[in-house]
Amino acid sequence: MPRSRFSRLALAGVTALALGLSGAALAQQAATLLNVSYDPTREFYREYNNAFAAHWVAEKGQRVNVRMSHGGSGSQARSVIDGLDADVVTLALAYDVDALHDRAQLIPEDWQTRLPQNSSPYTSTIVLLVRAGNPKNIRDWDDLVRKDVQVITPNPKTSGGARWNYLAAWGYALEKFGDEDKAYEFVRDIFANVPVLDPAARGATNTFVQRRIGDVFIAWENEAFLAVEQLGQGQYEIVVPSVSILAEPPVSVVDRNVDRKGTRELAQAYLEFLYTDEAQRLAGKHYYRPSNPEILAEFAERFPEVNLHTVDEWFGGWRNAQETHFNDGGVFDRILAEIH
Amino acid sequence: MSTIASHIHGTRAAAPTWRRATEEPAWVRRLLIGIALGFLSLFLVLPLTVVLYGAFEQGLQVWYAAITEPDAQAAIRLTLLVVAIVVPINLVFGVMAAWAIAKFEFRGKSVLITLIDLPFAISPVVVGLIFVILLGSQGWLGPWLAEHDLRVIFAVPGIIIVIAFGTMPFVARELIPLMQQQGKEEEESSLTLGANGWQTFWRVTLPNIKWGVIYGVILCNARAMGEFGAVAVVSGRIRGETNTMPLHIEVLYNEYLFTAAFAVSSLLAGLAIVTIAVKSLVDWRDERQRHQAAA
Amino acid sequence: MTLALRQPSVIPGFGITLGFTLFYMGLILLIPIGAFLLYTAQMSWADFWQAVSHRQVVASYKLSFGASLIAALLNLVFGAIVAWVLVRYQFFGKRVIDALVDLPFAMPTAVAGIALVTLYASTGWVGQYLEILGLRVAYTQLGVVVALTYIGLPFVVRTVQPVLEDLERELEEASAILGANRLTTLRRVILPALLPALLTGFALAFARALGEYGSVIFIAGNLPFRTEITPLLIVAKAEQYDYPGAAAIGTVMLLAAFVLLLLINTLQWWTARHSRR
Repeated sequence: MPRSRFSRLALAGVTALALGLSGAALAQQAATLLNVSYDPTREFYREYNNAFAAHWVAEKGQRVNVRMSHGGSGSQARSVIDGLDADVVTLALAYDVDALHDRAQLIPEDWQTRLPQNSSPYTSTIVLLVRAGNPKNIRDWDDLVRKDVQVITPNPKTSGGARWNYLAAWGYALEKFGDEDKAYEFVRDIFANVPVLDPAARGATNTFVQRRIGDVFIAWENEAFLAVEQLGQGQYEIVVPSVSILAEPPVSVVDRNVDRKGTRELAQAYLEFLYTDEAQRLAGKHYYRPSNPEILAEFAERFPEVNLHTVDEWFGGWRNAQETHFNDGGVFDRILAEIH
Repeated sequence: MSTIASHIHGTRAAAPTWRRATEEPAWVRRLLIGIALGFLSLFLVLPLTVVLYGAFEQGLQVWYAAITEPDAQAAIRLTLLVVAIVVPINLVFGVMAAWAIAKFEFRGKSVLITLIDLPFAISPVVVGLIFVILLGSQGWLGPWLAEHDLRVIFAVPGIIIVIAFGTMPFVARELIPLMQQQGKEEEESSLTLGANGWQTFWRVTLPNIKWGVIYGVILCNARAMGEFGAVAVVSGRIRGETNTMPLHIEVLYNEYLFTAAFAVSSLLAGLAIVTIAVKSLVDWRDERQRHQAAA
Repeated sequence: MTLALRQPSVIPGFGITLGFTLFYMGLILLIPIGAFLLYTAQMSWADFWQAVSHRQVVASYKLSFGASLIAALLNLVFGAIVAWVLVRYQFFGKRVIDALVDLPFAMPTAVAGIALVTLYASTGWVGQYLEILGLRVAYTQLGVVVALTYIGLPFVVRTVQPVLEDLERELEEASAILGANRLTTLRRVILPALLPALLTGFALAFARALGEYGSVIFIAGNLPFRTEITPLLIVAKAEQYDYPGAAAIGTVMLLAAFVLLLLINTLQWWTARHSRR
């Protein structure tokens, strides 16, 4: 009796395991696409996937089911490198997509030239979110080094978004002082004002919004808009700094995976559709800056003009920026060691 | 009571001995209960209240909508599937390991016990890393698995393996101290009286270790449902497919859907109700058996 | 090997139970961990040392070990009291409390972290009163201790509880009849019987606290050199695709925990042998 109970359990276990295996295999046969993305794009892609599916049915008469995976940009890239079979990646920074080539040869080295605008169909920038009425009177990056201001940002070591924050501040100081040493001191003084260093961007948002810690939150423009809209209208204001960085979240087909799965055509079309007017407007609706200047102009009220620079201009590309600033023993480590 | 008693007996010595010798004075009892409740309030009841408050803040309908939404349903189904596989395996393992360790003396025993404990000591973060290094496509077995088109990591089997790893010790660890404390005299006399090993286990050992088994299974089950860190690394986080309940909760929280996040969390808190039910059932059966034996 | 080394016994099943135990552990535990250690071993000693002895990493060891130790001690004392109260006394709400003890395991660690920071932040239900007393919990090292105490809470309670339930009252009665007062009985009869379970619970709570990540990051503040725990640094290394560096620090944590558990288990085995004679 006990033996049969055990064998029944064992059987159930084996069956379930087999189901899990075959389930994964089955899902491949339908027209599905796996888009591995980062956290703040959820709302945008939910709507975009429907738009694309409608387009694809109209065009090819085939139903498409786009599966989504969201997480921190870096850990999402690592999952793809380690075997998550993404058809396309839509990540926060080019460095993470570069890693797909550097560490696993999943894509060719020149991936970024395959689609228009550096493969970034939508862009964003880094802005400052302050509490209603701007009680600390924060106008620009300079105010972040003031002793009476507490700054919230996630940790650049673990968050892709935070790396944009850091580089934007550095770039501003570079423009203003024209001197790397001064830039170092400037960024150091900002991080000396950080009371809580969350590992991920949305955690930092919650620290600022829910725990009410800090006077200013350095954030993606789209995240700042979302916080204002979803978490408390009238409780926050967006301050656009005089100079900031052009954040280019890139997209790419994962060649090795689409060739194995035979989904290249679909994946390619999925990404190209991002550049159509319809998709560009969707991006604008979800607070991303459309890369098409005409569509961007339609949203002129929402997106004020900022003096934007790219990572290439200021830092000579992401690989360089990562190596100099964020890798172990880099500038950011020096800053941490100096202030703590 | 005691004043009447001392009056009747007319001696002072009789007064304080009305309580049983194996009980503490009432003030000690109250103090201990007070300390225990104070500690549990701060660390258990209040955090739970936060979760439940968050879950039901916007009313039952919102709560119900959050747990019946398709992605939530998929996450619940996946979690139940994982638990249905992992808990029985670890139960069998736990009983066997505890039997070997508690009933026999052999060399290397403390090393073995320590190895059983090890999954507790390994950070979930490291557990994820271990299996990525072993099974990932850059890892040691990854290329072989890919060649045979076996999906382990970033699919359901990977989640099962990682959770089995993390919850392996619970039943064993619950039973080992209990069985060690009980010794082996009862089993030895049962065997001497002619029962075979299987009967001895079933009739003598199992009733003795029943509570240990129950606690072990409850803990193992709880942990299997709640495991997050390691699963997050190997799941791939595909919406509606490889998100377990904790991962789904994180997704909701990151979408600023706090009420929904707490609503799904409240289901995990509902496990406590299952715990009460199971323990009451066993208590009730014990009671009935005792009555039958007495009659 | 082990078969030949065991002492003779009339109880059957040694071969099959130990065999299955070793097989299952080998498959699910030892092979993966072995592979992990081998992976670390591929690093050069200099690289390894550099990764694990960095000033920031050392500061995190101090916090992780210190806070885990305090949390485990808190759990040892209060967990023992909770287990005692639950087994020996009757009071209102006992069943509910008893069932709640396992919640820290079932609650995903992130939910726990969010709930705790909601409570203990200076705007929270509890935090605002602690603030008056000058105690800041959220975003300090104290916050780390609070989170680690929470996640380790079930261990001591649930290892002590079954042993206590099983403890024969006759022993205590005999002790009382022989003239011992309650405190002496507690010290000489009850505590020795509970000692293995207490030690186990303590060791497990400690070990679990060392590796905890999810709940701590919400309440710790995560400032380098101050409130940054070691698992967070492992995540940070992995995030830079530095798997060897992450594996190196992970290995240090793993070995430290292993040695610690081994010490406690050996101590326990030793006391068990001596108390039986």
